Amino acid sequence: MTAIEFDHQQTAHCESGAMSALLRHSGLNLSEPMVFGIAGALTFASIPLVKIGGMPMIAYRMPPGRVIKGLASRLGITMKFERFRDNDRGMQALDDHLDQGRPVGLQASVYWLPYFPKDMQFHFNAHNLVAYGRQQSDYLISDPTFEAPVRSNYQALQQARFVKGLLAPKGLIYYPTRIPAEIDLPKAIRRAIRSTTNMMLRTPLPFIGVRGIRSVAERIRAMGNHRQAQQDQNQLVIGHMIRMQEEIGTGGAGFRFIYASFLQEAAGLFDNPKLEGASRKFTDVGDEWRRFALFSAKMLKGRMAFDYAQLADQLTLIAEMEADSYKSLREAI
Amino acid sequence: MKHGDAPQDDSSTLEGQKKPLYVVNSDGVYTTELSSGWEAEEVVLDLAINQFQHQCQQARLRVEQGKTAPLEYHMYQRRMDITVLAQSTGFFKFQVKRHLQPAIFSKLSVKKLARYQQALGMTSVELQTLPLDEQQP
Repeated sequence: MTAIEFDHQQTAHCESGAMSALLRHSGLNLSEPMVFGIAGALTFASIPLVKIGGMPMIAYRMPPGRVIKGLASRLGITMKFERFRDNDRGMQALDDHLDQGRPVGLQASVYWLPYFPKDMQFHFNAHNLVAYGRQQSDYLISDPTFEAPVRSNYQALQQARFVKGLLAPKGLIYYPTRIPAEIDLPKAIRRAIRSTTNMMLRTPLPFIGVRGIRSVAERIRAMGNHRQAQQDQNQLVIGHMIRMQEEIGTGGAGFRFIYASFLQEAAGLFDNPKLEGASRKFTDVGDEWRRFALFSAKMLKGRMAFDYAQLADQLTLIAEMEADSYKSLREAI
Repeated sequence: MKHGDAPQDDSSTLEGQKKPLYVVNSDGVYTTELSSGWEAEEVVLDLAINQFQHQCQQARLRVEQGKTAPLEYHMYQRRMDITVLAQSTGFFKFQVKRHLQPAIFSKLSVKKLARYQQALGMTSVELQTLPLDEQQP
């Protein structure tokens, strides 16, 4: 039986939240937006040919794992990652860490975690949480997307940690082993912002960054000309996009508000009013993403006539605003 | 989004949970505000869940007509499709499709059956039968 003092805090995004919590426990205080921003986790990507759960791949943030690794490499933090072939050894290793008083990050499938609301359980295998103790047969868990600490039994946690398939966790355990005494935060922030703006403005691929948003706009516009038989699938695709944007712990507007918050915090650190201005632009673009979600939902619900052109126009507006935001961000640093 | 504008639509899907959104307060400073759910999210979530329910019901009918194995029902009941089930068992998609045929499913080896049991988290008896009551996916 072990219980470590662990300061649970709810965050919007699981991976940023778990990383922020583990670092805080080791004495380094970084807000969720700081973790997300410095990791360079913001993006937009839509690859129609890559299907996830039958739906075209669409992402508002970098692939899972990027927050942990991106942040660690920019700040010079050493992380330990342990993966297991054998379920029992993976559970034993977790017990050993907890017995030694070390809270650890875990990757797990949302579907098998017993404390998730039924309607939120989908086969997403890259959820992040922190285990910080055991009590009787339960594991004590600080899941960043929940208001209070939660619990899971052995069986369920094992199933969730060892599911096979896309982004299989393979029992992943992670924790920081070395945090540098001196951290050059401004340098890390500048590098992170440069890398994000580069990706969003200059990736020479039509499905990533601002070009990615434009290409989705055009695909949605084209849906208006599809046959009637195709309409159900089209509507599922748009619904899927909104879910990726809002439902999966993005802090609203597909991480754009978190990023605006990061820029504001950075502006305070640098005393840089231009960064503050860029932050406001991201807030505005976030509001337009929210409007896009609202229009889509109304159309899907039949409260507004289904108008693909209107959705495409809204996305085109967003693409222009995003392009402008990244440009002013480049000038600000 | 401004503080005070975080939607409070009491989504039943959140089961009383609240989630933080990043909002700007009256001084223009970022903070978080808890939201009890947003109707727009509820609409798209319902769409996704209804899809599984529909597939589940269709599969039950086909099982009762002897056209498919109970495995197909359980696959949708666990919110999977053939791709996800193949990935989580390590079978190829064509193998899973084959196993969905009642004649082939009933002759599956204990070993192969065990891989489905593991991935779907059910006993071999559960796997080979339809539950009496409709279960929500």
